Amino acid sequence: MLTILFDGIAYGMLLFVLACGLSVTLGLMNFVNLAHGAFAMAGGYITLVLVNRAGLPFFAGLPIAFIATALIGALFERTLYVHVYSKSHLDQVLFTIGLVFMSVAAVDYVMGSQQVFIHLPEVLQGRFDFFGIGVGRYRLLIIVVCGLLTVGLQLILSGTRFGSRLRASVDDARVARGLGINVNGVFALTFAFGSGLAGLGGALGAEILGLDPTFPLKYMVYFLIVVTVGGTSSITGPFVASLLIGVADVAGKYYVPKFGAFVIYTIMIIMLILRPQGLFARATGK
Amino acid sequence: MPRSLLEEATHRLATRARWRPLEYVFWLAAIASVFLVPGRHLILTEVAWLALFALSLDLILGYAGIISLGHAAFFGLGSYAAALLAKYGIVTEPVLALIVAGLIASVLGFATSFLVLRGSDLTRLMVTLGVALIMREFANQIPWLTGGADGLQGVIIAPILGMFQFDIFGHVAYVYCLAVLFVLFLLARRIVYSPFGLSLRAVKGNPLRAGSIGISVNARLVAIYTVSAFYAGVAGALLAQATAFASLDVFSFERSADLLLVLIIGGTGYLYGGLIGAVIFKLMQDWIANLTPQYWQFWIGLVLVLIVLVGRDRIGQWTGGLRLLAEKIIRRVAPGATALAVPPRQGR
Repeated sequence: MLTILFDGIAYGMLLFVLACGLSVTLGLMNFVNLAHGAFAMAGGYITLVLVNRAGLPFFAGLPIAFIATALIGALFERTLYVHVYSKSHLDQVLFTIGLVFMSVAAVDYVMGSQQVFIHLPEVLQGRFDFFGIGVGRYRLLIIVVCGLLTVGLQLILSGTRFGSRLRASVDDARVARGLGINVNGVFALTFAFGSGLAGLGGALGAEILGLDPTFPLKYMVYFLIVVTVGGTSSITGPFVASLLIGVADVAGKYYVPKFGAFVIYTIMIIMLILRPQGLFARATGK
Repeated sequence: MPRSLLEEATHRLATRARWRPLEYVFWLAAIASVFLVPGRHLILTEVAWLALFALSLDLILGYAGIISLGHAAFFGLGSYAAALLAKYGIVTEPVLALIVAGLIASVLGFATSFLVLRGSDLTRLMVTLGVALIMREFANQIPWLTGGADGLQGVIIAPILGMFQFDIFGHVAYVYCLAVLFVLFLLARRIVYSPFGLSLRAVKGNPLRAGSIGISVNARLVAIYTVSAFYAGVAGALLAQATAFASLDVFSFERSADLLLVLIIGGTGYLYGGLIGAVIFKLMQDWIANLTPQYWQFWIGLVLVLIVLVGRDRIGQWTGGLRLLAEKIIRRVAPGATALAVPPRQGR
């Protein structure tokens, strides 16, 4: 029972790291980015190549995955995404679906279509007993890393100058612009950072979620659920939503395997009916 | 002689709804394809049901402005319904089964339309996507009925109207699909040129303003969503009858995404958009799949990205210009024919 809760929390934490970039970009620019999962996949495959082929230690692979994906994100944002912000949602959806299709086929071409695993160091394998709770070492690592990241993000958002600029831009981009905040700059930076986080999540999650070329399609729904359930106005919303979905999904698959996948879809639809603006939405003037 | 307002309105509606020369050309070409290219009937059958499917999306996207990422839910339901009806001998006559399958899909459409009414574009995307995913999962979880991941096999389709048996070359299937497409196209044409269709355009343009001039926005949206689900269900049923098979693939996300591409290629808010889009899409897919069987998705994605970057409006202008030109030529050839080119409405 507690083991399931533990696994669920690890899963939820992972989802949060994967999806929080998406929620911020969506809230900031009202931009529907279905290709977010492609960045996560990029991070996963970069780590895979570094660890399995180049023989780098796993712990060195993670930060490199973050940086590399953030750079890719920045590059895409500046060259491609920037043209699409002012277009309609339909255009944004088409554009990002196109990117997803391209990334899926490209990765398939380069890396092959089979599911792959990153070699983990000995330290992270197996599980130990902690007062009767089976604790997987790898899952513990995920919780620690993602927990630290969450605290860090919260501190950045609430404590730094950049954080307050970002919050101001999310609340009302026009007024923020009027106050002299470079909203596009803030957005570019956030987008890159969010992509980096997704890349890191992809690298961390390869063990649990599995890594194959269809990753962006398979998990797109999960990210979107996190964002819609959590709302886009803060990062606490997506965080709580991720934990909720993580636990619900793991518990659902364990207790009622026949209805496993129904659980979260149903949660999502019920949420959308009851609270279309998300779980912790504030009444904004937008 | 001055006309009353009512007469004027009726006259304008009638002028808008008049058949244009190019439309005759289009359907004559479609009929000609039955006789001229008998070797390509298998792929043309696919074009026909895809066109009907695109038409159904156009009804909600192009005319009512509802973005859907899960239109495959209705397509798939119609497909399974038709296959199951045939397999268990409940309704064996294909045309009747087609209607029943469409009605089943429209029931789902009606039920889920209330979810679509709420919220923004993003919420709609999520809800439609969610419905399609749940349908897929549902079909996957009841293998005793649907065959699960293996697909539904052992379906035998009875002769159409008790007379025409499906053949392996797809001749009968093509004529059948084309006929269904034509009939439903006429119906759709009737719908969008009616006052009801005009009110939908008003809702799409500005729901708030449409409401304030006395259009019951939600009721209209529910109605068109249900009709659209019927169309999608029939398209799915056509696929099932033409191939005598149904698999989980009918619910897949790629199918909904491809459908968006089909419609975008042809142009939204313009009934022929879906039809032309289906022709171009299938030809393109066929061509690319011959070049790179495994990676054709990449090129489809590239086309999507390019279309958005270039701008749908500009592509619309291009096809619109082409159509104007064609109308002009036809007017010169046949001066008696009334030509009135309406450029495609570009919309969200």
